[in-house]
Amino acid sequence: MINVYVPRDTASISMGADDVAACISALSTEINVIRNGTWGMTYLEPLVEVETNNGRVAYGPVSVADVSSLYAAGFLNGGDHLLFQGLTSEIDYLKKQERLTFARCGLIDPLSINDYKENDGFKGLEKALKLSSKEIVDEIITSGLRGRGGAAFPTGIKWNTVMEAEAEQKYICCNADEGDSGTFSDRILMESDPFCLIEGMTIAGLAVGATMGYIYLRSEYPLCKSILKKAIAIANINNYLGKNICGSGKYFDIEVRLGAGSYVCGEETAMLESLEGKRGMVRAKPPLPAHIGLFGKPTVINNVLSLASVPIILDKGGDHYANYGIGRSRGTIAFQITGNIKRGGLVEKAFGVNLGTLVNDFGGGTWSGKELKAIQVGGPLGAYLSRDDLELLLDYEAFSEVGAVLGHGGIVIFDETANMKDQAKFAFDFCAIESCGKCTPCRIGSTRGTELIENQDYELLEELCDLMDTSSLCAMGGMTPIPVKSALNKWPDDFKD
Amino acid sequence: MDDFLQATNIVHRFKKMPGGLLECLHAIQDFYGYVPKETINIMANGFNISRAEVHGVISYYHDFKTLPLGRNVVRVCQAEACQSMGSRELTSRIVDLLELDLGETNEEYTLDAAYCFGNCALSPNVEINGKLHPRVSPDKFEKLIKAGAL
Repeated sequence: MINVYVPRDTASISMGADDVAACISALSTEINVIRNGTWGMTYLEPLVEVETNNGRVAYGPVSVADVSSLYAAGFLNGGDHLLFQGLTSEIDYLKKQERLTFARCGLIDPLSINDYKENDGFKGLEKALKLSSKEIVDEIITSGLRGRGGAAFPTGIKWNTVMEAEAEQKYICCNADEGDSGTFSDRILMESDPFCLIEGMTIAGLAVGATMGYIYLRSEYPLCKSILKKAIAIANINNYLGKNICGSGKYFDIEVRLGAGSYVCGEETAMLESLEGKRGMVRAKPPLPAHIGLFGKPTVINNVLSLASVPIILDKGGDHYANYGIGRSRGTIAFQITGNIKRGGLVEKAFGVNLGTLVNDFGGGTWSGKELKAIQVGGPLGAYLSRDDLELLLDYEAFSEVGAVLGHGGIVIFDETANMKDQAKFAFDFCAIESCGKCTPCRIGSTRGTELIENQDYELLEELCDLMDTSSLCAMGGMTPIPVKSALNKWPDDFKD
Repeated sequence: MDDFLQATNIVHRFKKMPGGLLECLHAIQDFYGYVPKETINIMANGFNISRAEVHGVISYYHDFKTLPLGRNVVRVCQAEACQSMGSRELTSRIVDLLELDLGETNEEYTLDAAYCFGNCALSPNVEINGKLHPRVSPDKFEKLIKAGAL
């Protein structure tokens, strides 16, 4: 039998991977088609791989129309073809990355627990089961891991607070409401390596003494939902979840809960309200969710990638993870290169690479071939950067020094046809649509902001931005001024008419 | 035809689930295609909350619809990555073609805005009846319609 890999994530399926898989499968009874996750090289999707004696060789992007010529070219033996990319592991885009959190994505069948175990899966959990709560938390503190959702709060400190809180019930909530435009790293992790998230949440449960975990998943990710639910069922059958984890007598369970199309429910307290079955209204802090969280109990709220980084930290040690990165940004972060870009996809790199490397070396410049104009980093609440900022190091502190945010690692590229006044206006429009309405600066300010841009009253706009920045209850209203002000400061000419 | 017996069954399934109202609403919408106003009372009774609270949750979330949708549901991403690849022009062509504004419904179509499908390396994206289409140019959209993809 010849093993042929055809990915099954949302991006590759949207590009026709299901049909390609069926077509290849029909070529010969000697072919065993394996539906793996994605490596994240989205520009090559669907990326078909064939297992040869030298390793896995790749062809992409493959459409149904290419299959017969691939067959004629002997792709089953690694034959040459226009779409031939060489050995997968030698593709520059992949080779130049530091894959820690995403080490298994693309490599394995996401729902094969044996694949997972054969590739270091559950090693972190097995170690954690031998440690005390305090020792697990200390390992996370040593790693220097900070929240990958965007706020970058030290994960170990958060866990420590919940661990020390006294309560008969505590919760682990995984924030999988990946709403930022230009981001899909959570989706890729959940679709390509769901057991990794399950393992990370279970370790978090052991660390703080929680027995129940929820994954709050956005409704725009239906494929994640079905993969996660299957993975949870498989983990339960194999005693990696449930009443007796690996025979330890410890208990942990996970449930997937679906959001309903609200961006602000990615804010942690709005997410808790939504998980409780209510309107997603932001809560005032304090009290911190670590003290009074879900259903009023101490709760760890972490992003998908924070939790998915936990298994390798426990397995290889906090020091190993902290060896990557610069300054106070330790480890790796998943960047997503998107928008008007030739080679879009996911790039996991240690902190400290510069923006130009991602946009030009990995991304290959604009898709349109026109001049690069703006780069929005960190989602809809992130600053618009210009060509002058390509030297900027991707590091939490370097970004906040220039008034920008790294956020969840989304990088959206715009060519010269972009109008930055339109983009600034959209930031307010989006805020008006998605504001939960609890605080006035966000609820009213967003609509006033749109009007001020339309009326070109930029002096008052500055004042409004300052007010929203300092007086909003959460980041939705508080950070909407960031894209607006950066657009206004860097491209004043766009605002003249 | 339906005396909302199914809604009663669905509510019964979720009412004991902690914070189960959202899951219940999804299930109701999956079954009826929208959230019929007759089901609000059933949910209020089941979850032991007021009808106003149920209504408040329904109206808060973009996903929940209180009227039947068109035979085909088209959702066009309006977020930044898709904007950078021409979603504004695409949207105005779709609005012209379907003769609907974003958020409107007729018998044949429901046209809605979406804010990110997480397929931003393949922008712009349009979802048609649950199937995601990447790199949709205005011409590609027109072809999709004419080819009967809807």
